[in-house]
Amino acid sequence: MYLGKVIGRVVCSIKDEALESKTLLLVKRLPDGPCVVAIDAVGAGASETVYVCRGREAAFAFKPDEVPTEATVVGIIDSLNRELQ
Amino acid sequence: MILARIIGTVVATRKDPRLEGKKLLICRPVDPDGHDEKGYIVAVDTVDAGFREKVLVVQGSSARMAYGCKDTPVDAAIVGIVDSVAQD
Repeated sequence: MYLGKVIGRVVCSIKDEALESKTLLLVKRLPDGPCVVAIDAVGAGASETVYVCRGREAAFAFKPDEVPTEATVVGIIDSLNRELQ
Repeated sequence: MILARIIGTVVATRKDPRLEGKKLLICRPVDPDGHDEKGYIVAVDTVDAGFREKVLVVQGSSARMAYGCKDTPVDAAIVGIVDSVAQD
């Protein structure tokens, strides 16, 4: 999993059946990584810091449905504590 | 998943039998503003996308969960045609 910031939304009207009614978010990996399109599983909104599950496990958030995704927003971050910069 | 633009097609006569009937498209990753990024991906089309359309590509083993790709040797699939990208 990694941390990301929600920077936008993607709208698709023609899409895989399993993606119907799912929100597609544009997430930028922190601190300065690439942008990915992730499915929202927790109701995250604009400019929120989130954590993103990637890979095969990203689809587990929607079990028992089989959703074709390799990036899912699975948490909204309240605060971060870290010692090392 | 990433945003990409379709830049071409691939034709293969001899291929894995489980890939028969599937359309293979060459996709170039793009950033949210629509500018090309480097590299390309050959992806299986599951949504009838066309040339130059902006699409959503799922990569890795999750691509096998796309429509009609169960138990097929696929690691990239087009699962959506992008209408718009809104940035905050």
